[in-house]
Amino acid sequence: MTDATGADKFTGPTPDNALRQADAESGPVLAADGTPLKKSLGRALRMQKIRALALIAPLLIFVLVSFIAPIADMLFRSVENQIVSETLPRTTEALGSWDGEGMPSEDVFEAAYYDIFIAAENRIHTRLGSRLNYELTGASSLFRRSGRGLDDIGEVYQDQFEDLDENWDEARPWAEIMGSEDWIAAQEEWDAADEEGGMPRFQLREGAATAFPNAAQAYLTFARFTQTEDEDSPLEEEPWSMVHTALYQDLAAEDYASYDGPRAGMVQAADELVASPDFQTVTFADGFAEIDEDWATPEIWQTIKLYSPNYTSGYFLNAVDMQLTPDGAEARDADEQIYLFLFKRTLFMSLVITFSCIALGYPVAFLLSNLPMRTANVLMILVLLPFWTSLLVRTSAWKVMLQQQGVINDVLVWLGLVADDSRLVMINNQFGTIVAMTHILLPFMILPMYSVMSTIPPSYLRAAKSLGATNWTAFWRVYFPQSIPGIGAGSILVFILSIGYYITPEIVGGTTGTFISNRIAYHISTSLNWGLAAALGSILLVVVLLLYWAYDRIVGIDNVKLG
Amino acid sequence: MPDTGTSDAFVAFERVQKSYDGETLVVKDLNLNMPKGEFLTMLGPSGSGKTTCLMMLAGFETATHGEIKLDGVSINNIPPHKRGIGMVFQNYALFPHMTVAENLSFPLEVRKIGKSEREKKVQRALDMVEMGAFGGRRPAQLSGGQQQRIALARALVFEPELVLMDEPLGALDKQLREKMQFEITDLAHRLGITVVYVTHDQTEALTMSDRVAVFDDGRIQQLAPPDQLYEAPENSFVAQFIGENNTLEGVVQEVKGETCTVKLDHGEIIEAKPVNVSKAGERTRVSIRPERVEIDKSRLGENAHTLKATVREFIYMGDIFRTRLSVAGNDEFVIKTRNAPDQVRLRPGQEVEIGWMPEDCRALDAT
Repeated sequence: MTDATGADKFTGPTPDNALRQADAESGPVLAADGTPLKKSLGRALRMQKIRALALIAPLLIFVLVSFIAPIADMLFRSVENQIVSETLPRTTEALGSWDGEGMPSEDVFEAAYYDIFIAAENRIHTRLGSRLNYELTGASSLFRRSGRGLDDIGEVYQDQFEDLDENWDEARPWAEIMGSEDWIAAQEEWDAADEEGGMPRFQLREGAATAFPNAAQAYLTFARFTQTEDEDSPLEEEPWSMVHTALYQDLAAEDYASYDGPRAGMVQAADELVASPDFQTVTFADGFAEIDEDWATPEIWQTIKLYSPNYTSGYFLNAVDMQLTPDGAEARDADEQIYLFLFKRTLFMSLVITFSCIALGYPVAFLLSNLPMRTANVLMILVLLPFWTSLLVRTSAWKVMLQQQGVINDVLVWLGLVADDSRLVMINNQFGTIVAMTHILLPFMILPMYSVMSTIPPSYLRAAKSLGATNWTAFWRVYFPQSIPGIGAGSILVFILSIGYYITPEIVGGTTGTFISNRIAYHISTSLNWGLAAALGSILLVVVLLLYWAYDRIVGIDNVKLG
Repeated sequence: MPDTGTSDAFVAFERVQKSYDGETLVVKDLNLNMPKGEFLTMLGPSGSGKTTCLMMLAGFETATHGEIKLDGVSINNIPPHKRGIGMVFQNYALFPHMTVAENLSFPLEVRKIGKSEREKKVQRALDMVEMGAFGGRRPAQLSGGQQQRIALARALVFEPELVLMDEPLGALDKQLREKMQFEITDLAHRLGITVVYVTHDQTEALTMSDRVAVFDDGRIQQLAPPDQLYEAPENSFVAQFIGENNTLEGVVQEVKGETCTVKLDHGEIIEAKPVNVSKAGERTRVSIRPERVEIDKSRLGENAHTLKATVREFIYMGDIFRTRLSVAGNDEFVIKTRNAPDQVRLRPGQEVEIGWMPEDCRALDAT
């Protein structure tokens, strides 16, 4: 029991204190069968609660599955960033030890070579390219070009090995060097049977991984890829140039004079070739620079490093015209800023629309609520009439009305108010958006206003007048304050609807009358930058919730009446 | 109280008519003069035009024809806020978004009265209705009776000479209503204000008013002090509407000055006081108040009139006994007897002889 007036020694025995004392002595109140009353009541109400829950369950599940879950998933994309670390696992690891100053080391280039080569075979390097392109312009084409160009590095070694021994250009010798005998036998059998699916999974020969640390790994990747993606037999496919590069690395690092695995002669000859001074090599860094000189600048590497974590604040920073730099978040240059301006414009226009709706709707609601029921009902149908036509039709109608060769301009020209050669521009700008949206959202303002106003008895106005107030004073001091809950409800409704409006600004907004939602739609459907769209959407959601909260604090949500 | 002439009447309705739809008259040819300081009640069934009259006086409705004068000046074209008439509404119409003190202060503010004087007046008005401590409350935090007092205080705070009240006690329970009836009349007499009070509750009208105007069908049926209204109703409607009444229908046989003889439809011949019958042969409705009928003939005078009756029902009501009888073909004949120690209690089926004095028996119109 919480009670402001606690039992105390000063008040002595008051009825309250006596009751409280009785409570303390007898403990919780018991029901007739001896169980605590609270428990008993809970049991009695449980059935009701379950029934209530069962009644809303279908809608609840439907909303959860079709509305809340997709929205949550969409909003999650605003911070999700696994694509970089998933596509470039070795590179992001190697970049971990890079301090971001100057150019990264050869290790990083080596890691990037293998990562991008594999990504290119998987055809996912362009996706990463477009992801990084949001942060660094040009990254998309850089990756697209590199996917093709990386072969140039491997071909340096591939060509030299082939010149030495044609077998290096064949599938079979590679398979024998790398693959286990069991697997080769099984694969041969499968090839002969000409079956569909069920290809024996490639296994490395015992010892291959220690003999060729790089090449075995590279070949394993190639063989598995060939089996699963291309559904070809590694016995019949010559390996990628990447495998030759890996082999070169192994041969350069170790001495293979004592190598006694399959095709020992072939390997030892290659080892000698690599050791000879005539053998041509190319560093990974030079190879990358050859493909595109952008690789030789630190920016691309810095960008990859910045976006290597699984979660990023980059989308949100972008959404507020900032960017992630190695030194932290920074504001973008003034000429690159767009979203804050768009947010401001959206808020401003929504406010203008809300106030226009109040100004136009209040007198109508006032009139409706003061008319006899029959007339009010007929007029109410007129208010609701726009709902019977499609939103697109109404918006397009405004286009017809407001355009330069449109009805309104024609009338103005005919009246001589506007010269024929200087017709007013009233569409595809802010004015057009505000006019069309005010018209479309007006019923949402009138309805709550009307429902509040019709509950204000006319006797209040009469009372005020009988007390000596003029019509205006009676209205302003007595009627208006009581109609504020209606204005509040209508304003919240109109403002929140308009802040996220899409169709009308899209059609009549031109470039100066579009809202943030149009930008979100652009990122969803055209630029496909869903992360940024999600970040913008999240910010919009937070802004609306903040406004709602502020409204609750100032006006009080209890004062909002919708009927 | 006698009718004062038009010239010195404080409130005057002169040949006032009102129609809302242009087809039927809600108020038909209303003439009414009120002296200053009078407490006048407009009483009538709903739809009788009494509230319309009040609204015309307040200025919320315009008279279709005729003139309404306040203190000798025609107010037909004066807007309500310039009439300076205080008004108490049926549901009080206290402004819910203002505190009690702000509600009371409102009429003073619009009259541009200074702050300190305003506060003084508000406090005085609140004290007057014994609500001095409630200035800071909102109307919704008050009980019905308290709201009623505040509404009253608000109508009086700017010291109007005329106050209109539109069924102000309708929403209160019986006990509170009786208490407020007394308080309102007391206040009105103390302040010397003129009050026009509208109600459909006849007890309220009889206990509170100096004069009562009984409305029916857009006309004043009778305008008289409460005792006259009750004891000497001028027509059947008033007799029926005010208090309980027994009626016996018949035909006038003879009119002789202050008495007439009536042959009842059942055959009996009785004497009555002719009120609005003038000649023999007219149909009439004879009315007798239940408390003027006696079952003990010794309590009546010599020329008392007696009839045979059969007891139908006996109802014990505490302070009185209510007995329903069959008299001259009327099964709804009611008598009321005081619960005195020697009073007889009749049993249903019992045959009795009842009697009354001919002057208590009024021959009225038959409609």
